[in-house]
Parts: sequence; structure tokens; C-alpha cells
Amino acid sequence: GPSLAPGARSEISALPEVALRLLARPGAVLAPALGERGPGIAMTSELDIFVGNTTLIDEDVYRLWLDGYSVNDAVALRVRSGILEQTGATAGVLQSDTMDHYRTFHMLERLLHAPPKLLHQLIFQIPPSRQALLIERYYTFDEAFVREVLGKKLSKGTKKDLDDISAKTGITLKSCRRQFDNFKRVFKVVEEMRGSLVDNIQQHFLLSDRLARDYAAIVFFANNRFETGKKKLQYLSFGDFAFCAELMIQNWTLGAVDSQMDDMDVDLDKEFLQDLKELKVLVADKDLLDLHKSLVCTALRGKLGVFSEMETNFKVCDPVQALPPKVLSAQPPASGAEDRTPKIPAPQNLSRGLVNVAAKLTHNKDVRDLFVDLVEKFVEPCRSDHWPLNDVRLFLNQYSASVHSLDGFRHQTLWDRYMGTLRGCLLRLYHD
Amino acid sequence: MPGKLKVKIVAGRHLPVMDRASDLTDAFVEVKFGNTTFKTDVYLKSLNPQWNSEWFKFEVDDEDLQDEPLQITVLDHDTYSANDAIGKVYIDIDPLLYSEAATVISGWFPIYDTIHGIRGEINVVVKVDLFNDLNRFRQSSCGVKFFCTTSIPKCYRAVVIHGFVEELVVNEDPEYQWIDRIRTPRASNEARQRLISLMSGELQRKIGLKVLEMRGNAVVGYLQCFDLEGESGLVVRAIGTACTLDKLSSPAAFLPACNSPSKEMKEIPFNEDPNPNPHSSGPSTPLKNQTYSFSPSKSYSRQSSSSDTDLSLTPKTGMGSGSAGKEGGPFKALLRQQTQSALEQREFPFLTLTAFPPGLLVHVGGVVSARSVKLLDRIHNPAFVGIMGNTRSYKLLDWNSFNSDEPETRDAWWAEIRQEIKSHAKALGCHAVVGYSESTSICEEVCILSASGTAAVLNPRFLQEGTVEGSLEQRIEENLPVGCGFCHIPYDELNMPFPAHLTYCYNCRKQKVPDVLFTTIDLPTDAVVVGKGCLIQARLCRLKKKAQAEANATAISNLLPFMEYEVHTQLMNKLKLKGMNALFGLRIQITVGENMLTGLASATGVYLAALPTPGGIQIAGKTPSDGSYEQHISHMQKRINDTIAKNKELYEINPPEVSEEIIGSPIPEPRQRSRLLRSQSESSDEVTELDLSHGKKDAFVLEIDDTDAVEDVHSLLTDVPPPSGFYSCNTEIMPGINNWTSEIQMFTSVRVVRLSSLNLTNQALNKNFNGLCENLLKSLYFKLRSMTPCCLCHVNFTVSLPEDELIQVTVTAVAITFDKNQALQTTKAHVEKTLQRASADSEEPLQFPLELCSDSMPAPAFPAAKEHLESTSSNSGTPAAQRATSVDYSSFADRCSSWIELIKLKAQTIRRGSIKTTVTVEKASPMSDGNFRNRSAPPCASSTVGVVKMTPLSFIPGAKITKYLGIINMFFIRETTSLREEGGVSGFLHAFIAEVFAMVRAHVAALGGNAVVSYIMKQCVFMENPSKNQAQCLINVSGDAVVFVRESDLEAMSTQQPAVNCQTSCPGEVTT
Repeated sequence: GPSLAPGARSEISALPEVALRLLARPGAVLAPALGERGPGIAMTSELDIFVGNTTLIDEDVYRLWLDGYSVNDAVALRVRSGILEQTGATAGVLQSDTMDHYRTFHMLERLLHAPPKLLHQLIFQIPPSRQALLIERYYTFDEAFVREVLGKKLSKGTKKDLDDISAKTGITLKSCRRQFDNFKRVFKVVEEMRGSLVDNIQQHFLLSDRLARDYAAIVFFANNRFETGKKKLQYLSFGDFAFCAELMIQNWTLGAVDSQMDDMDVDLDKEFLQDLKELKVLVADKDLLDLHKSLVCTALRGKLGVFSEMETNFKVCDPVQALPPKVLSAQPPASGAEDRTPKIPAPQNLSRGLVNVAAKLTHNKDVRDLFVDLVEKFVEPCRSDHWPLNDVRLFLNQYSASVHSLDGFRHQTLWDRYMGTLRGCLLRLYHD
Repeated sequence: MPGKLKVKIVAGRHLPVMDRASDLTDAFVEVKFGNTTFKTDVYLKSLNPQWNSEWFKFEVDDEDLQDEPLQITVLDHDTYSANDAIGKVYIDIDPLLYSEAATVISGWFPIYDTIHGIRGEINVVVKVDLFNDLNRFRQSSCGVKFFCTTSIPKCYRAVVIHGFVEELVVNEDPEYQWIDRIRTPRASNEARQRLISLMSGELQRKIGLKVLEMRGNAVVGYLQCFDLEGESGLVVRAIGTACTLDKLSSPAAFLPACNSPSKEMKEIPFNEDPNPNPHSSGPSTPLKNQTYSFSPSKSYSRQSSSSDTDLSLTPKTGMGSGSAGKEGGPFKALLRQQTQSALEQREFPFLTLTAFPPGLLVHVGGVVSARSVKLLDRIHNPAFVGIMGNTRSYKLLDWNSFNSDEPETRDAWWAEIRQEIKSHAKALGCHAVVGYSESTSICEEVCILSASGTAAVLNPRFLQEGTVEGSLEQRIEENLPVGCGFCHIPYDELNMPFPAHLTYCYNCRKQKVPDVLFTTIDLPTDAVVVGKGCLIQARLCRLKKKAQAEANATAISNLLPFMEYEVHTQLMNKLKLKGMNALFGLRIQITVGENMLTGLASATGVYLAALPTPGGIQIAGKTPSDGSYEQHISHMQKRINDTIAKNKELYEINPPEVSEEIIGSPIPEPRQRSRLLRSQSESSDEVTELDLSHGKKDAFVLEIDDTDAVEDVHSLLTDVPPPSGFYSCNTEIMPGINNWTSEIQMFTSVRVVRLSSLNLTNQALNKNFNGLCENLLKSLYFKLRSMTPCCLCHVNFTVSLPEDELIQVTVTAVAITFDKNQALQTTKAHVEKTLQRASADSEEPLQFPLELCSDSMPAPAFPAAKEHLESTSSNSGTPAAQRATSVDYSSFADRCSSWIELIKLKAQTIRRGSIKTTVTVEKASPMSDGNFRNRSAPPCASSTVGVVKMTPLSFIPGAKITKYLGIINMFFIRETTSLREEGGVSGFLHAFIAEVFAMVRAHVAALGGNAVVSYIMKQCVFMENPSKNQAQCLINVSGDAVVFVRESDLEAMSTQQPAVNCQTSCPGEVTT
């Protein structure tokens, strides 16, 4: 079928008002075709429907409908796509067709709110593949939109902000509402449900595996209210967050230890978060810290392009002392990047940062700021030192693994549960 | 107590929330049959109640079983106030009353409410135990099978076709002015639904009784209609063709049994009036009839001269004799005698069939139609019959079928019309009418009754219970003219009923054929056609002054002949413009409104190889004329000629050049000389040679004598051909296309337009109406563009004029995709083959009459058993051309293509398999909350709702119908008092039609079927009152519930069977 020109959405506002108004009245469209002669002859369409035994679904029109365009805007966009020339149809035919599809979608929308209903209903005979398409597209969301809403409470208050989001993203308000309502609906249904979050979403909304995972992330973020809107987090995509969410759901929630709990995938394991305080010893105990550092340094010497920076950052990771003067003096403005001089943007360092993040997770406020902290305390320092991703990987692997060789450290399992996830998250978050 | 009806209420699902406080419902069910009601327990607080009730048993008479519907009402229990009805389900249990159909009705039925529409579903199981041999009970007609299909159903064989059956019942309409009544519309609409359900049952039973009287066992081409006559009541009437059918259990079993008549059959005891109307001198005025000819002012020089004498023959004489192929003088007379003897003993020798067993249809005379204007408020006054001053009043026969006056009046009206049809047929030298149908158009107190059909000569073999030796059939079959016999004129060429131009048949060169043929039937499968066909429509509006009663009726009846004439002229001109020479499936609908009349004729135009090439259209200017006018005329002439040339290319109309040797040299009679000249050369150059005699002037020459005429020519040229990849027809099959794929899409489209002008002219009205229809077609082509290449088949337009300045057009059709390449290939092969055969035939000496005389008439022209088997057992909807090629596997290319097709079909089998399994899953376990917990279920698991196909055709492409489960005849009313909230009139009707489809599908699925064939939306009466935010719609649909099996599945089965079986079932199917 014909597809819309790329960037159609942004062009809609440029369409002349007059053209749209003309199309708005079917009578005006029909008139030239029917009543070119004879004064006072006009025919207005009172009723115009098409019902197939198999419900006709036009994917292009469905997309326009989902994108929140009015019938008239949709007709205008379809005209632009060149469909009239391709098919030899008239504007009146297009108007009628678009209206029909919109009406069908409107009737289907109620069923799409509970997709299993779409499968079991008898009114619309739709082939299974088309049903899947209808559902999948209905629940698909815009990247720009989800980044605005991710981690926010899905409440009425947020809904009022939709106007602003619409203005900011260029997504129609109608589409914003649909996407927001989808988030909220999925959230409400699976929020207090036992069992795997992704599976629950799939069962109740019949989404593809991919989309169900995305929704799991959205639900997880909404439930834990992770901050994602800060300016320094803007470089992160929804995919980055969703990736982290999946790791966290797998390892940090109740479901990771007990699959029979309610809300098991939605809430973080409180006990685990409490226990994380124990990790503090890794930076508080000077011997342990030095040992850990030397283990890491020994293993990575010669393998790491940014070894000196790593070594520097690791070495001064004494949480009790202030930063050594040497390091402070060695901190040039961020511009001197090429010479690989160690740059420490804040009085802290990698290991201390990572362990402190863990230790703080007992407070809800700090849980919410998890991603801000990770970016501030790890991503940004490394980035300003121009660590290649591979070096970050080598470092994190070694950093995590070396703990196993620390004799006096008793929380190996806890460390693995924490660092295993965090390592994955950090690697994903580490990009420009 | 001959029957026990057993009902079990299993469960409900998706019920609406009836208690706002709990967001739940306390549902229970009332099961009512006749005057007995059972109730289930209340299932508290659930939207998916599991009643799992006991078996509710109703012990009832079989008469009631036939009349009464099973009523299931779902209610919400309320301790403190009256229980609220959630909705109802009416189940017609008729399919359970005869063997071979459904044995159990079991499934999910939508719960329907006239205000809210579908509100959830209920799972019901219904069974019937019949105790006695029901045929002993005279009041019931259990066991008679009903089919909407207008041909012999696919898995049956016609032993005898008994003829026409009709019946009507009248009742008070519980609600005819719904908006103004005091009673709630809902109550009256429910009463109306119930009543109509009851009346349908009664009507069907009475028709069944008539069939039993005739010793038949089935009604084919059953058409039941409602007349909503407002104050004068509600009429339910039905017509059909009584038959004795034999079930074809398996293809093999059918082989030898082809001609064995049922032993228990006896001679039909008719109490007929053999000659009800001896002076039926045919149409004397154009008002009440239109026998299609070229001029409205016909001269009938020879009117049914044979009827009186022929009728003296007893039905028994000439039993089993007659061959359709022998059309010499003596034979013709003999054949006519036999046909008459078989048919004329019946009141009306009419068949509602549009397609016929091979050999039945001998000749086609042309379309016969009759109309009559009646006043409904005179219902109790029998003297009113023939009220129209300019029509002859018939002496009414005593149709003593009812006690009440009303049905008698209605019966008399229809009898009068049927008489007229019959006499028209006689005038055409025919003793039967096929493709017969009746319709009404009602506006206020005026009603137009219409009937039309195709005059035909039938082979008497099927019409009597004779004995025929199968061995002789083969021989006679070989001598049958191939695919042209039906075109040969049945009337005497020296005494033609209307001026026509005859030539020798272009196929066999032996018999005379007319230059144009109009029929209401489907194209015979063996007809030789050149190129493809197309939908041809004539559209017309006429303004009418508003008037009351008689004045109104008079005004209408004065307009009718002009409309008939104009519709006919338009059809003829459009046919010429397409370069074609025959119309099939012609249906002319005249609709009456308050201030206008509309005429809409639809038909499928084809080029019959047997008929001469049509002449062009000549435009004649007025005289005297000046230069610029001449130029204008010649410009228009050029446009017309160009259009004809373009159409010929588009529809691939390239009739083969006929060489002189093959033609021989028929000596043209003086009258036909000009006609012959023209037909042998290219049309556009020949127009000057036209015979401009009065009789044919309107058909070929358009006189531009006023602006109206100019408009007419313009409107001819405004019809745009379908976009490439699309074809359309209103018949079952499209000539020239035969390789259908299995992808079908049935649809209904409704448009209502308001003409917003106070001073409308006929001219403007026509233009608007024409534009409405053209735009509707364009919209359909656009919507279905993803299916191309495809053909819109059985395109059925219905026009109604619900109120002043409102025109409603309803279209139902099915789009079927086809494989373009193969279709072209096979057509050509077939045409060539038949032409060869035809030319070979023509060299043989005429031997038919001799053979007939010597043989003491044993066998009529019937096809060889083998071919008969093929056409019946395989999908007989597949055109002849396809069969022809599939039988003849000579080339390697053919094998290849069928092999590829085989693989494609295999793939389909696999896909279909998955659907099958899910259906059984659904039946086993209704959806429950527990299912959701099941983690192993894949997302978007295939739907639990089985697919039910719907089609107005009698077949499913690429599939074989294995079982007929019974007739579906459903009537729904939907109303709203919140029109705006439901999306306005379009939203309201869109939802309602979708619901109607859903309810039809659910009933079919519950009967165990997977398709509805011969589906028709007989009525869609829409009324709105926007100022009150109200609307109401009434829809009546019917069809045959069937089980079909994909041919690919069958093939898989047949390969495992002995080779004999394979041979019989495979050839016809491989190429589809």
C-alpha cells in the first residue's frame, strides 16, 4: 500500500487551513462531481458506510488514526501520499474511505483496551495476523513520548502535563493521551499481579515479546519512580532504560528470589537494598580497598588504554579522606581531553561512587535518583577521560571479579547480585 | 406429542455490567418455547457466569416446532425491583427438524438487545428428539428442506422439479409508527421481532405442506420477504421451487444412480385450473407489464395461439421423450407439448431457479415482467383489485388458502401479476418462466408489486417423475448444440411477438437467434462467451407530485411505462456501448417515494458467441441543422465510437472471424437482410446501414432532438469503467474469469444522500442519482484495491426512498480474487475448442427429427453420467471453461501449472489446519480467568472464534460444500435514542450491520457450519429522526448455512482412496 512521506507528521501544520476545511464537508467534495450543471442541485451525504464480513484494516489509515489526526488531516495526508494518482480515486472517495476506517477503529478501540476481548469478540471478523497487528500498533508508543513520561507517576496530574508534552514533542494530544492511557492501563492491570511481569503483560495485552518487555520497563520505572528527565540523562534513550529495567527486574526484585510473591517483578527487593549497606566495607576498610585496587590494577596492567586514569581514580578512593591534593591539582578544565591527563570532575572516584550508590539505595529518594547517580559518578568521569567502551568493560569485569579474591569480604553473593546488574547497566549507559 | 425440544444453558461471557455499585452482574436465563418457560439459577456477581443448567425439556407438537422460535432471555436479577433484561437470543430450530442437516445447535450466541445491540454472548446447546414419522401429520411439514440457493444445491441431485410454491401470511404490525407511539419502542420492536420470527416459521411450514402435497421434499430458491405496510399490517410472503432432491452421498455412489427415480413418488394430484385465463392475450398496456422488446408499443400478432389446444394433452403423454438438441419444426412442437403437459398443469409454471441442471433449459425467450400499483388502505375491499383505470381487471380465481380476508386480497394481487407473467411467457412461445422473482415497493399507502422472470422452454424430463434410460443419454448429449441451444428462439419466427431481428445462430448455424438477449437467469455454464462480462446499470429518477390515495396511485401508474421504457433504452444503449449482445441476471427495481420514483436496473452484459455482433450507436441530429451543430453531433458520434472500441479492448471482445464455408449461406428473409449485413462487418462503419424502421430505432439510433437527449448521451458516456484489475458482474460467475482463488470478501455498503434543492428537475435528479451510484462503485473499487486482480460478483443494488429528498442505496456483493494468468489461458482454449466443435457439428446432416421419431422418445437430452457427476460433485460454480481444460490434460505446461497449484493448496491446508484446531479448543473450554494464568500460552494466540465465510454466491471458490445445515433467515431491529453519542447515523448503522453479520456467523457456527452461501440482505429499512436524536433500522437477511471443505483437503483425502474416486473428483479441482 502507499505509505506516507517521511516527516508527514511535522508537515501537517503547514497544510493550508482552507484545503482542510474544503475536505471537511463531504458535500463540497461531491458537488463538483455531481452538480456541475443546474443551479441549486446539491447532494449531501447523510450516511455512508461499508461493512465487510472480514473487517477491512488499512494499515496506513490506522497509523494516521493512532497518530491522532482528525479525519480531515488524515485525508489531506493521504492526498499528499499520492494515493489519488495511484488509484484514480477522487477526494470524495478518499474522504468516505477514511471516515469508514476511522469509524471502525473507533469501534475497535474499546476492544483494544482489553486485547483478549478482541480475540473472543464476535462482531468483527479479523484474521489473527491482523488482530495482532491492530494490538501491537495500538500499544506501540513514540520514543519522544515515553522519554517524557518514563518514571513519572501515571496519575491525573501527569495527564495534565500531556498538553505540554504534545507541544514539546510535536505528537498530537490525542496520540499522547492514547499512549499515556495505555501505560496507565497496563500498569493498573499488572501492578499487583503475581508472576513474571513480562508474561503478565503478554497474557493480558497479547503484545509481542519485544513490546511486552518495553511495557515491563515502563511499569517498573513508573512503580519505582526512577528519575529519567534530568538534563544530564537526556542523552539516554528509552532503550537504555528498558535494558537496565530488565536487568534490575531479573536480579533486584522479589521475583528474583521468590517467584510466588505478589508484585514480585514490580517492586525492588527491600531486604536486598538494606543489605547493600554491607558493601560499604569495600571502601571503608582501607586494606580491603587497597587490596581490591591492586588486584584490579595487576590484572589490567597493559590491557587498558586508560590504565593510568583508572589507577589514579581507583587509588584515591578513600572515602574517609578528602581527595588527595595531587589529584585535585591534576584536574584540568574539561577541554584538555586529548592528552589523557586524569580528570576528576568531582571529589569522588569510581569505586567509591559505585559502592556509595549501593549503600544509599535504602532510601526511596536515592532509589529514584539511581540513574542520575550512576551517570554522575561513573559515566561522566569515564567519559571525560575518554575511556573507550571496551576499557570500561574490562575495568568493570575485573572490578567485579576481583572482589571474589578479597579474603576478608563476606558478601560475595550480595556483591554479585548488585554488581552483576550494575555492570550491565553501566555498560549500556556508557555512550555519548 | 411428536417432539421433545431440549435446551441447556451452559455459560455466558462478556456480559455488560448491570450493577454499577459492584461493577458486576447477577445474571440468570429464561428459556421460552411456546407458552412454556424455564429459568436457570441466578449466577451471582460475574460477567462470565457458568450456569451449566440441567436440560430444559419442552414437549411440543411438530407444528409448533416449525412455527415457534426458541426464545432465550438473559436477565439481571434484582432483589428489590424488576429484573432488568440484558438481551435476547432467538434460535430457529428448523434445521434440527430434518435429517441430513444439523443434529445439534451448540455454540456462543450474541445476546442482542434492540437498544444496546450485542451485549455479551451465551453458550447454548439445543437438541430435538422427534418421536413419530412426521409426514403423517398434515399440519406440519417437518422434513422438507429449504434452500435459498437458486440452483440445485451442490451435494444434491434433482430427481424432479415440481414447480412453483408460494404463500403469504398477514398480521397486524405491533409497531409501525414507532416514534410516536406511547408504548416504548423497545417493547414494540421486541414484539415485532418475535412476531416476524413466528410468521416466518408459519410461512415456511405452510410452504412445506404444499411441497409435500406435490410429493416433493425440498424448496430451492426460497425467497421470503416482508412488506411493512404500516397501518394495514405486516405481510410475510415467500416463493420457491418445489423439488425432489436426492442426496449425493459420495461421488461414486452417484454414478449409476443418475436416473433412477424415487419409487415412492406418485403422480401429483393437482387440483389445477388448467387454463385459468384463456383470453390471456398478453400485455395490452405497458403499465402492468413490460415484455422486453425494442419498443414499448408492441404489436402482438400471435398471442399464445397454441395454449388452448396444447393444454388438452394429458400430463402422461410423451413421457420421457424429447431432446433439447432437435429443434426442427416437428420436434419443437413436440417439445412444447411435453413441456406444457408437465408445467401447465400447475397454476404457475414458474421456477425461482437461476441456474439449471444440465439439459433442463432448452430455449430462452426473453425477460417477462409485470407491475401493478395497489392502494394499501383498501385492504378490506376486494373490489379494489384492478383499481387502476387503465389496466384490465382479471377475474379472480378462488385461492382458498386462508380464512381471513387479508391474505386473500394479497394472494389475489399476486395471482393477478403471475397470470400476466404467464401470458407474456406464452406470447414468447414459452411455457415456463425461470429466474422468477417478486418484489414490492411501498410508500405510505401506495404499493407497487413487481414480478419478473425469463420466459423459457424447458426439457420436461426433470419436471415429471418419468423413467429414463441412462444409456441413451450419452448419444443424445453428443448431438446437442454446444452452448448455444438456449439462445435459439422458442417463438415462431413468422409470428414474432415483437419486432426482432433474427439471424442464424453464429455457433451452430442451424437455428435462428435474436440479435440481443435479455434474461434474469445466470449465464448457463456451457454458454460460449467471447471475452469478459461486465456490470451494466440503467439508472433513472422521475419526479412525482405529492398526492393522496387514488390520485397518487394514478400518477405512479402513469409514470411507470415511461420509466420502464427509459430503463430499457438505457440498458440497450449501454449494452451496445460495451460491444456486447446479451444481458444476464437482469433485475429492475422501481422504487416509489413521496415525490419521486427511481428505477435501477442491473445486469451482467456478455458477448454470446451464438448471437450476432451488435451494431454501434448512431446519433441522428435534428433537421434542419447548421454546421456547428453537425460538428457537435459528429464529435459525439466519435466519442461513442471510441468508447465502443475501448470497451471491446477492455473486455477482450474479439469474436473470431467466421469464414464463409462454415457459415454456409443462410438465405436471409427479407426482414432480416439488413441485420445480417451489419452483423458480419465491423459495427462502427456499418451504422449507416442500419435498418431505421420504427421497431428498432430506439435501440440503435439516438435522436438528439432536445436537450434531454443530449443529456442522455452524455450520461451514457459518464459511466467510468472499473479501474484496471477490477471486473464486476451481478451474476454468480463472471464470464471469462475462472481461476478464482479462495480469498473472498463479502460486504454491504449503504449510502443515504439528501437532495437539497426545492426545484429539482428530472434532469438534475437523474444526474445526482447516477452520480450516487457511480461514486458508490468507485468507493468499492478503492476499498477493495488490495484484492486485485479481483471481480465483484453478485453486485446487488437496492434503492429506497425513505423520505422526501432522501435516497438510500444499499449494495451487497462479494469480491473474489483470481489468478490473472491462468484465467486468460483457459478461456482462450475453451473458446477455440467449442468453436471447432461447433463447426464440426454444422457439417453433419440434420438427423435429429428422425432420431426422435424412431426412438419412441426414451431419453431427453441429458449429459453423460460422467459429466453430470463432474458438474454436480465438483464445485459446479466453476465455469464450464475450466472444466473443459482440466479434463484435457494434454500439454506439459498444463501439468506444470496444476502441480504448482497443488503445492499452493497444500500450503493452504496447513494454514487452515490451525484454525480448525482452535475451533475445537474453543468449544471444549470457554474462556475463563484461569486461562490467563497459564504462562505457556503464546501471545496473540490464534483467535478462538472460528471463521465463518459469507457470500451471496451459491459456492465457495476453491472449496466444496459437503453439507447444507439449514436455512438462515434472521430479522433484527435496532433502535437508538442517543444517535449522536453512537456516532451519528453512520456510526449507528455501521455498528448494526456489523452486529447482524456477527449474529449470522454465530448461528452458522452453532449449527456446525463454516459458511453462509446465497446470502442476501433482503431488507434494510433505515429511519432517522435527528431532531429527537433517534434512529431505527430493520434488517432482514437470509442464506444457507453450509459446511465446506477446501478442495486441497479433499484432494489429500482422495489420493488415499482408490483411483476411481480420484478420477471423479480431481479434474475439476486441480486447476482452481
